[in-house]
Amino acid sequence: MTSDGARRATIRDALGLGVAVGLYGAAFGAAAVAAGLDAWQACALSLLMFTGASQFALVGVLGAGGGVLAAVGSAVLLGTRNTIYGVRLVPLLRPRGGLRRLGTAQLVIDESTALALAAPDPANARLAFTLGGGAIFLGWNVTTLLGALGADALTGASLAALDAVVPAAFLALLWPRLQKAWAEPAAQRRVALGGAAIALALTPFVPAGVQVITAVVAVALAGRWRR
Amino acid sequence: MSGLWVAVLLGSAGCYLLKLAGLSVPAAWVEHPVVARVVDFVPAALLAALVAVQAATSGSQLVVDGRLAGLAVAALALALRAPFVVVLLLAGLTGAGVHWLGSLT
Repeated sequence: MTSDGARRATIRDALGLGVAVGLYGAAFGAAAVAAGLDAWQACALSLLMFTGASQFALVGVLGAGGGVLAAVGSAVLLGTRNTIYGVRLVPLLRPRGGLRRLGTAQLVIDESTALALAAPDPANARLAFTLGGGAIFLGWNVTTLLGALGADALTGASLAALDAVVPAAFLALLWPRLQKAWAEPAAQRRVALGGAAIALALTPFVPAGVQVITAVVAVALAGRWRR
Repeated sequence: MSGLWVAVLLGSAGCYLLKLAGLSVPAAWVEHPVVARVVDFVPAALLAALVAVQAATSGSQLVVDGRLAGLAVAALALALRAPFVVVLLLAGLTGAGVHWLGSLT
């Protein structure tokens, strides 16, 4: 049986994370509008795609003038993480039945996986995943709308502020991967520097948006040969 | 339908199917070492490429403006463990400040 203390801690962590990711949701809504999407498209992404890094990547490539394929390719590449998470979650969550599995799948993201894996037992893991995933889904969608509507009203200096916020938001997503707490931080830093350098070097020569995907493929190939 | 909507819907479908695949395919398919390696490192390359392109390019040109100044301030704030919202505020203020200085000349 689950102790009340563990259950309360699980509920607190799950709801707290739902509020915390709301900030990222507002940043995403604003970034989407800065990239030229309308508020409907920003909200559709948060409802249907519902995986932050992929959403940022999609609007980032579109904002840089990239085409549909480059944008979708970037989003899908970042979405592969969630496949690995799903594999780790199956033994904990045991989603039975087709509909249950379809619903569970949409909530498989960084934060809900971390909550479920950190829970002390399978019952709390299921609670953390469902409650945390649900709270994040709600917070993320509401704040996306607020961020998109807020950014729509900006002009002049406040628009310049938003332009500077977007790359800072990407850097904040990248930052934890470069720190000591992450596995192989030195290799992550090399990969990040390589990706940035190749993307900048290609910018004058390839269509907008293509440099991002090319940089990722080049770094992936370089890594494979060295191993 | 506009290109933007195609990107939104196609990207969403792709990301959803990847989530569903994790709950549906045998674990051995996904836990191949090469797959695990790519999944570990692709985000760093992709996010860094996006940071660079968002901060220092406009179309096919490399440009230095308030965005790069904002990024430098954001990096400093992150190194000092500032919370996310503070990082974004400082970057935004820097971008607006550079814009204001530019409008003076």
